[in-house]
Amino acid sequence: MIPAKTYRVTREDLVAYANASGDPNPIHQDEEVARSVGLPNVIAHGMFTMALAARFVDEYVGQPGQIQELSAKFTKPVVVPIEGTDVTIEGEDVDGKIRLTVTCQGERVLGNPVAILR
Amino acid sequence: MAAVALFRANVTLMVDSTLAGRAFPPTSAYAVTEANIAAFAQAVGTQWTPGDPAPATFPIVVAFAAMQDLMVDPTVGIKLHNVIHGQQKFVHARSVQAGDHLTAQLTVTGLRQIGGADIIATTSAITDANGELVCTAEATLIHSGGTQ
Repeated sequence: MIPAKTYRVTREDLVAYANASGDPNPIHQDEEVARSVGLPNVIAHGMFTMALAARFVDEYVGQPGQIQELSAKFTKPVVVPIEGTDVTIEGEDVDGKIRLTVTCQGERVLGNPVAILR
Repeated sequence: MAAVALFRANVTLMVDSTLAGRAFPPTSAYAVTEANIAAFAQAVGTQWTPGDPAPATFPIVVAFAAMQDLMVDPTVGIKLHNVIHGQQKFVHARSVQAGDHLTAQLTVTGLRQIGGADIIATTSAITDANGELVCTAEATLIHSGGTQ
């Protein structure tokens, strides 16, 4: 097992990610807009959460650029209230194939997240 | 049977039923800079120093532009606010580096309907200025009918 790590996710992170990734969808920034489409609150971009998973793998490997494949389903939104939230990631490395578990509030937010190393 | 299937497809799909197999024009080249990569890495807390390869999900910047082109194309029939990102996969031929000029060419690889939603499978081939493949980005988009 790769030991679990917990990452703090804030609204500021989501704004920074929106600007850096070119995805300005307001459901990731504006509470009012998020609620208007039936969400409980602002949610993280699925790709933000996937980027956290890549970060976890990079930190485990100890050097960047070693991920050859990375895949996941976006099964549950990461809800980010004004005070922020925590995303916890752990993994298992079987011969360079890393199966991840990514949770928020005790629930899995990514389906079958897997990274394959070079 | 075929006629029935076709009829059902016509009445249930909300997007162009001939979409599967359609290849979209490549996006205009995106110049990857150290500043772009640094901002992306910083947003997700990834340690990055100039000279390092870009984070594994960085090619979404280019793939997303290709998906936007698909979603706003009036002949496709997608309502943007009814789309969610269902699934994503990156297969890297090599890492992205500052100085790359990347282009994404999106193809719709599958179209089916489940539970009132169109499931649109796409593959974007991301190539560099020499036309060499850098990364393949597969995205599944879920387009629901919605009520709006």
